[in-house]
Amino acid sequence: MIHATLEFLRTYAGPLIAAVVIVAVLPLIAGYVVLLERKVMAHFQVRLGPMRVGPHGLLQPIADALKLLIKEDIIPENADVWIFWIAPVTSVTAAMLAMGALAFGPAFQVAKDINIGLLFVVGVSSLGIFGIVLGGWASNSHYSLLGALRSAAQLVSYETAAGMALVSGLLFAGTLQITDIVKAQASEHLWFVCFAPVSFFIYLVASIAETNRAPFDMPEAESELVAGYMTEFSGFRWALYFLAEYANMVVVASVATTLFLGGWLRPFSGLGGPAGTALDLFPVLILLALAGYCGYRAPKQPVRVQQLVMFGVAGLCALFALVLAAPLFVGALAGAKAGIHGAFWFFLKVSAYIYLFMWLRFTLPRYRFDQLMRLGWHFLIPLSIVNVMLLGLAIVLSSQYGVNRALAIGVMNLITLLFALYLVSVEKGREDRKAAQTADQVTDSYAG
Amino acid sequence: MLSIEHYLFLSLALFLIGVIGVVTRRNVIIVLMSIELILNAVNINLVAFSRLFGDVAGQVFAIFIITDAAAEATVGLGIIIAFFRNRETVLADEMDLLKW
Amino acid sequence: MLDKALFYIFGGVAVLSAALMVTRRNAVHSAVFLITSLLATAGIYLTLRAEFLFIVQIILYVGGIMVLFVFVIMLVNLDVALQQIQFSRQKWVALIVALALGAQVGLMFWSTGHVKRSNLLLPAAAPADKLPPNSETVAQSLFSAYLLPFEIASLLLLVAMIGAVVMAKKKV
Repeated sequence: MIHATLEFLRTYAGPLIAAVVIVAVLPLIAGYVVLLERKVMAHFQVRLGPMRVGPHGLLQPIADALKLLIKEDIIPENADVWIFWIAPVTSVTAAMLAMGALAFGPAFQVAKDINIGLLFVVGVSSLGIFGIVLGGWASNSHYSLLGALRSAAQLVSYETAAGMALVSGLLFAGTLQITDIVKAQASEHLWFVCFAPVSFFIYLVASIAETNRAPFDMPEAESELVAGYMTEFSGFRWALYFLAEYANMVVVASVATTLFLGGWLRPFSGLGGPAGTALDLFPVLILLALAGYCGYRAPKQPVRVQQLVMFGVAGLCALFALVLAAPLFVGALAGAKAGIHGAFWFFLKVSAYIYLFMWLRFTLPRYRFDQLMRLGWHFLIPLSIVNVMLLGLAIVLSSQYGVNRALAIGVMNLITLLFALYLVSVEKGREDRKAAQTADQVTDSYAG
Repeated sequence: MLSIEHYLFLSLALFLIGVIGVVTRRNVIIVLMSIELILNAVNINLVAFSRLFGDVAGQVFAIFIITDAAAEATVGLGIIIAFFRNRETVLADEMDLLKW
Repeated sequence: MLDKALFYIFGGVAVLSAALMVTRRNAVHSAVFLITSLLATAGIYLTLRAEFLFIVQIILYVGGIMVLFVFVIMLVNLDVALQQIQFSRQKWVALIVALALGAQVGLMFWSTGHVKRSNLLLPAAAPADKLPPNSETVAQSLFSAYLLPFEIASLLLLVAMIGAVVMAKKKV
């Protein structure tokens, strides 16, 4: 028995350690994404955002985590206690499990080469819905239950569109394995977003809806439902829901990056020569610039501790720059270049995607629930189905009948765009007719 | 070494639990869930034999059964919602409109 | 060894939560235990090297059908249902049916006693890179030999969808 356990540990030590690292580091990353979001929001609204804890609020996430941990933990009197316990854990588990199959670079993957890679990520992360629904039900509160029902309806309807969008990306990859998807884009020298821009758009919208973020944050609409399914949760359990939401953001951003934005590939990955070298140097230079800026700002901080933290950040950036530069200039380390630079590009793309999420959140007003359902069922789902069929047709035409591949794909994307315009005009006509009728009709928000 | 019998006994246990659920429960939703359990037990058999014979057909049929379960669940739950709207109950022995 | 341990863990969880599902009064608790049982079954599929079926089970069964169940359980009024008796007086029928089915399967095992034991052993675990890629083989089979059943299944789904919409509509 002991022998078998040791054998098991020896075989699976790498994945196990990587999994522990993800579980340990993810809360920290989520915390800093929250800080970043608050900062970005503040700058959108011409404020400063958190500034008190550490220089520019850099230690704010740690203070927040401590505060949440020592807060009183309230369970409502008539709540279903054990489901109340289990629901937030389900959400977090689903999000973290999905991370296990993602490849953050050619060398950074917890569960290597799962045959069903992308499906695994999508399927497991969709289990998070149970955390929301059960949590809302277990709180025994009307706001919570309404938020939970809204969320169930929303997630189920947008999952279809997101799945279809992923399928049309997968048509070009021809595999579900995550590393092979990126390799397929490397051999094409083009990211799949160029082949299937409409699918990328559909996935973008659907992934915002799936992570319950504004403008689709129906399940927790503060002004309507207090806080939706999270109303009765406090302290650490609430923090778990928050962690799950941000982990899910990272997951959907990683899926979009892997399938549509070329994963860990550099932009213009096929390019060699001086231009390629310049692109290779870009990560080093940008980190050095960041380090220089932090070093320049550090003496201007008012408190000694803040100065030290700022210098620390500058040093960290310089260290990362050094790590990124090492494989470029030291011949012995050249083999590590793909791994290190790949991870940099992957995280850059994921950050850009998440930044887009934040941008949309602070720019667009919240949708009404029936508008949300109409957008999902009347626009995104038909569009995604037509898109898959047309792209499949383009692939068949080019591979079986010798039509020029780029031409076929371009024409099919154009037809999809025309179809989208048609759908919009149909929807507009329906709206106009509705406006012409009497406006006092009772609407059933859950009928969609 | 695992043999096919392990899987057959597991599937038998799940199947019997499902049957007991169908027969004893009054709540129609739970009866439907027990039926899902029965279908699931059948799937375990199919996949186990597919592994034993090295033939992928068993897995294909398991996929068909899952599809069928989805169709059955949607229609069944639709009926339950329609019935609940009319009679305000989900208990099987109160569904006696056809009994005269 | 690992296979055996995984089989017993997943199988135990599946059977235990199935039993709990049948015996809970509260329909939501039942649904949670059914979800656990289905996930454990997905694990059983993994021990049988059916990765594609594993993820189909999770996406379709757990992520699709069970969400629908939980949704409907929340729509129908639970507070009333909890006051009512949850078990009908058919325990004897259930016992007899279960015993009959068990006896039938026992008979099957007894009558196949002449089959050599070694023929019943499942193939030992091959290293992951030696296995044929599961989703590809399933797809090959699904879209060539079983194309007609596949189309019929899609028709079945369409019919079910229309039926559910008609059924759940407020005004017919």
